[in-house]
Amino acid sequence: MSHKTTYRTCPRSGLQFESQAEKLVLANAVAGVIFLLIGGILAIGVVLTRWPTIHWLEASTFYQVLTAHGLDMLVFWIIFFEIAILYFCSSTLLRCRIATPKVAWAAFALMVIGSVMNNVAVYQGGSSVMMTSYVPMMAAPSFYLGLILFAVGALIGCFVFFGTLVVAKREKTYQGSVPLVTFGAITAAIIAVFTIASGAIILIPTWMLSMNWIEHVDPLIYRVIWWAFGHSSQQINVAAHISIWYFVAAVVFGAKPMSERVSRGAFLLYIVFLQLASAHHILSDPGMSTEWKVLNTSYFMYFAVLASMIHGLTIPGAMEVAQRAKGYNKGLFEWLRKAPWGNPSFSGVFISIIGFGFLGGISGVMMGTEQLNMIIHNTIYVPGHFHATVVVGTTLSFMALTYFLIPVLFKRDIINPGLAKWQPYLFGLSMYFFCLVMMGAGTLGVSRRHWDMAFSGAALAYEWPGAAYLMMGLVGIAGIAAIAGGAIYIYLTVGSLLWGKRIAQTKISSEPTPIPVGAPSAAVQTYGSLGFAAPGTFVLAMVFLAAFVLYYFINWKYLSTLWGLS
Amino acid sequence: MSAILPPTERLWWKHPLDRVEGTWIAIAFVWCMIMFFMMIYWHIYGKQNLSTETYKTTTELFASKTQAMVDKYTVRTETDLETPVVAPPPGSDVYMIARLWNFWPILELQNGQTYRLHLSSMDYNHGFSLQPANINIQIVPGYEHVVTVTPNQTGTYSVVCNEFCGIGHHTMVGRIYIKGETGNVP
Ligand code: HEM
Ligand SMILES: [Cu+2]
Ligand SMILES: [Cu+2]
Repeated sequence: MSHKTTYRTCPRSGLQFESQAEKLVLANAVAGVIFLLIGGILAIGVVLTRWPTIHWLEASTFYQVLTAHGLDMLVFWIIFFEIAILYFCSSTLLRCRIATPKVAWAAFALMVIGSVMNNVAVYQGGSSVMMTSYVPMMAAPSFYLGLILFAVGALIGCFVFFGTLVVAKREKTYQGSVPLVTFGAITAAIIAVFTIASGAIILIPTWMLSMNWIEHVDPLIYRVIWWAFGHSSQQINVAAHISIWYFVAAVVFGAKPMSERVSRGAFLLYIVFLQLASAHHILSDPGMSTEWKVLNTSYFMYFAVLASMIHGLTIPGAMEVAQRAKGYNKGLFEWLRKAPWGNPSFSGVFISIIGFGFLGGISGVMMGTEQLNMIIHNTIYVPGHFHATVVVGTTLSFMALTYFLIPVLFKRDIINPGLAKWQPYLFGLSMYFFCLVMMGAGTLGVSRRHWDMAFSGAALAYEWPGAAYLMMGLVGIAGIAAIAGGAIYIYLTVGSLLWGKRIAQTKISSEPTPIPVGAPSAAVQTYGSLGFAAPGTFVLAMVFLAAFVLYYFINWKYLSTLWGLS
Repeated sequence: MSAILPPTERLWWKHPLDRVEGTWIAIAFVWCMIMFFMMIYWHIYGKQNLSTETYKTTTELFASKTQAMVDKYTVRTETDLETPVVAPPPGSDVYMIARLWNFWPILELQNGQTYRLHLSSMDYNHGFSLQPANINIQIVPGYEHVVTVTPNQTGTYSVVCNEFCGIGHHTMVGRIYIKGETGNVP
């Protein structure tokens, strides 16, 4: 091989890092964490303003800060980190060099320029249009241009990922199929390509509108296409964090997927139905037909929901099977009781799985139901739901992965392992509560993106019930606790990177060591009871289903009491 | 550690599935179908379905239709802004303009009667959030959305704008009075 590079084998994990890939993973992950830090600081302003008794910022500052919070968190933090994950899942897991490192650095540079440009536009004022930037409300041209440059960079990153898969195949660093985790990453990357294309279709004309090069972008068409981008990108996050769940199950428990067929099939369902479901953001809009709404919002017929329900079973199921194989075989839940609750990679992932399913999943399906959407559309229920998916689900999983990566990728010991042990609980559980009370306030009708629930200065003010004020106060308290949890994560990550004890590296070579071929093994285990390999997980799944069914029909019942609408 | 290693059985799509997985997939699939058909069922038997009747419109056209209704059916004015309170007859077309930063005019409707409520915006996106009932509908400029409504309770309802529409967003509140027999009308 003519490519001059080196490969390092990590003494702790046995993973092998190619030197260029390693630097790229590190750079993208660190850029992500910096945006998480900025977004977290902005969250203080958001949450202390929405806490009615504090009501901290001026209206204009609040909307500016909220715009930046949404973009820095949902777009920049998550996508930088996802690019790091893509490089990791291709180059590191397949033990090959990364394709075209120079192009990958150019992509990184574009993403940095774009994200900074967009942030500067927001802080200059005049671009407080929220991350959705619905036309005809216009931001500065650099707001859109920054997003476009960032998206182009991310798209190039996806192609470097695909290129790396080709390199691995051609240089035969593995045999047979790619690992399941890499398969999940491929799912995420394929969805990303479709998503970014939709983003370009709508953001480029909007940028041209802001430059006065074109006259008009239709507000309704904007919403439909923007959400084809905005929604599908959530599907990227889901594919990415589910891959991490499988990853952590593998490294913490040595768990193998219960069935590769089922898990991969579920990822395939995501790909097939990915372009749907943008409708659930426009269910209460004029213009679109009922048939389209019903088919689209349900991902044809809830097939992507089916896929998520499958992953929700197979991941804890794989953990259970692995634990039972180790002898934790008593009763239904010994495997769970004896899980490594002090390992933040595990506790983070477990809190993420439960919160994503119970809080994010159930509320998401409820609000994505065509008629039920009318009882929560644009209320603070919506941020309640998506903080459960994108914070408890995605962000917490990325945090859990970071605790694994600090020794392995940063080559440092975690500076304060005692604190790391607690961080997922503080962040995750306060976020659970935060999401619940936001959903509570939303159920009472409180609006999202709203500076003053007392409507000061309004000619015809409305008086929210006391319970709504109470809920929003609790949002404030829980939000501050979650921000503290986030700050600890940043402290541990950055602190370990700078001051953690170095871990000596000995095994460095100029050639990759191919992945050894494993011996085939029996796929189905013989532990468990009732002929079930994972009876405990099955019971948990039934509890989940019961909660789901109950909550779903309660909302129909409520809907039936409202004004007649037809 | 096989989720991060290539599957040892090369034909992964021929892997057997465990009984736990098979059972759960079957249950989850049935639940997904129930949820899907529930939406269709409600369209046939339910009483709360959002209309999709929509027309392209312009600010001038929509404003003039609203003005015509106001000229005909105003019963009094309220607030310092002298916002007209309009009481059109049951069954008729009623209009509500959303604009920076108010809903105009105030409507006075009869409980248990059906109206064709036309919504449109003069500028940005706005949100029609009827409180305390908590019915939420998006209002998009350039589009006239006709929603058939049948109020089922008397009282004073507020219309809160819940789509961000600029610095005065929090002052954008409108009103609908529902008159008639008190209490619920079936
Ligand atoms: C760490 C603690 C966090 C707190 C306390 C917090 C708080 C909030 C609150 C209260 C809102 C709603 C404001 C409103 O609609 O009036 C909000 C909006 C939002 N948050 Fe967070 N957040 C946190 C972390 C995150 C993270 C990690 C993400 C993404 C990964 C995120 C993404 C968003 C987005 C996308 C919005 C919507 C912005 C919009 O409406 O345009 N947040 N946040
Ligand atoms: Cu408004
Ligand atoms: Cu508004």
